[in-house]
Amino acid sequence: MSAHQDAIGRPSGSRRVKDAAFRMGLVACLALAVGLLAVLLVDVAIDGVGTLNWDFINNFTSISADKAGIQAALWGTIWLMGVCALFIVPVGVATAIYLEEYADPRRWWNRLIELNIQNLAAVPSIVYGILGLAFLVRGPIGLGNVVLAGGLTLGLLVLPMVIIAGREALRAVPPSIREGSMALGATQWQTIWRQVLPAAVPGIATGVILALSRAIGETAPLIVVGAVSVIAFNPTGVDSQFTAMPIQIFDWISRASNDINDYKPLAAAGILLLIILLLAMNSVAIWLRNRYEQKW
Amino acid sequence: MEAASTAAAASGRPEAPSLRAARRRYGELVIRGFLVLAALISLLTTTGIVYALLKETVVFFGDVGVRDYLFGTKWSPLFEPGSFGVLPLIAGTFATTAIALVVAIPLGLGAAVYLSEYARPRVRKTLKPILELLAGIPTIVFGYFALTFFTPEILRGFFNLHVSIFNALAAGIIIGFLIIPIVASISEDSMRSVPQALREGAFGLGASKLQVTVRVVFPAALSGIVASVVLAMSRAVGETMVVLIAGGQQPQWGVDVGKSMETLTAFIAATAKGDAPTGSIEYKTLFAVGTTLFVITLVINMISIRFVRKYRQVYE
Repeated sequence: MSAHQDAIGRPSGSRRVKDAAFRMGLVACLALAVGLLAVLLVDVAIDGVGTLNWDFINNFTSISADKAGIQAALWGTIWLMGVCALFIVPVGVATAIYLEEYADPRRWWNRLIELNIQNLAAVPSIVYGILGLAFLVRGPIGLGNVVLAGGLTLGLLVLPMVIIAGREALRAVPPSIREGSMALGATQWQTIWRQVLPAAVPGIATGVILALSRAIGETAPLIVVGAVSVIAFNPTGVDSQFTAMPIQIFDWISRASNDINDYKPLAAAGILLLIILLLAMNSVAIWLRNRYEQKW
Repeated sequence: MEAASTAAAASGRPEAPSLRAARRRYGELVIRGFLVLAALISLLTTTGIVYALLKETVVFFGDVGVRDYLFGTKWSPLFEPGSFGVLPLIAGTFATTAIALVVAIPLGLGAAVYLSEYARPRVRKTLKPILELLAGIPTIVFGYFALTFFTPEILRGFFNLHVSIFNALAAGIIIGFLIIPIVASISEDSMRSVPQALREGAFGLGASKLQVTVRVVFPAALSGIVASVVLAMSRAVGETMVVLIAGGQQPQWGVDVGKSMETLTAFIAATAKGDAPTGSIEYKTLFAVGTTLFVITLVINMISIRFVRKYRQVYE
């Protein structure tokens, strides 16, 4: 009975060792993942921090590495994000409202829309680039490789994220709010516009920011829709050719460095700037969530 | 109105007519119409993707035999005469994906088990967002890291391996780290939703923490765990920038992961970057390879959805 006794009381020695070893193994897994992240950030910081200054931000790209900067790409990215936001906010929120407030989930077409959104979220980003190339850049719409085409391609890519976040935010508004409003004689749209939507704005805004922070780092679809890598002017409108930060970084990574021109620090400095932008966007998202989160 | 409500009261269903609007509100209908239009954009996106891919792919197969494409082992579409066997690209995609999974499955699951079963709430609350930060970093950053640090310093320097500067091994391992948060996050959610009573029951029968974790929690959470792995796999198949930067652009029909292997995604990006003119053979191959990639990820996603439906355990 001694083994049984041990199982109830104190664990036997070998079991304790096994348990401890298992626990150590788990900690090691986590440490390795977080450790790689740390090494990556430190490596990029060491490579790029010396280059990241006002000249870098204010200069256009150049063949000579010590004069090159990221201005055109920075403005390209700002333009792209503007177009992307103007597209995903109305379309994403409207779709979320339709699915959450109007659609009858028993109807097959509504289920199809939902399944479709789930599937779209898992389509590789480069495939969206092909879509943009075939429809927006060339083909029926034929905008050319301009800001509008790039921004819309990124918008289509992150639209499922906005829809999913928007639906969650709408679902978090309790039905009693809707019922109260309807009971006072408001129509369904008045209820949504004046009661439900304002209550869901923080959740929706968080979703939109996270979607934009996904879009800002996307490189592959922009390569396919034809972002130009060497460009020495800022976009002047949505019909202007463009480059973007990830595209510029990719260009610097793929250039062969030599003794005179070393493009690696430029790439690292670009990455640092991109990560700083991302951190700022994510902080705003977290702040929004904490500041305006409503408990019902 | 009066008559209607008394009639309804008589039939025993007073609520049905009284909730109906007094008159039709056309503004409401118009708004609803706009909302439906917005919802249709996502359906149009899918239709657009499928149409764009298939249209040019059909044209492509007018020039190249389907068998030559699917079973050919030599990929050199830009040379004269071109050779269009896609198998080397598929080999590259599968090699990097397999390496990525070998890295991500143990590390991701280990992290998930730790966060779900062992970590104190405070530790969990700090570590989980940090882990998810890995998923928020643009993949081009991982590509830079793989090329300028991981291959030269770790693979060549630390492990003393004789790998080329562009190699599938580094690309695969770094993609593995990139998809750890997908495996860890979804698996952890799934393990945490296993009811506490199951654990307590096992503890009551004398099981150790290790036994509870491995024999009770893990099997109970299996559907979510498998779904997370499948999703991570589809992400690895579709990953472009890491393989484009660190994996090289040399198609290889073989499994020498120490050398460059071009993947489906890397080929698309590299070819599109060259600004292929509409109607040229490069342009068509772009779409044929895109279709191949789309079909592979679609099949993987369907497997994932079916698996979750079939094996999901529902607890009260």
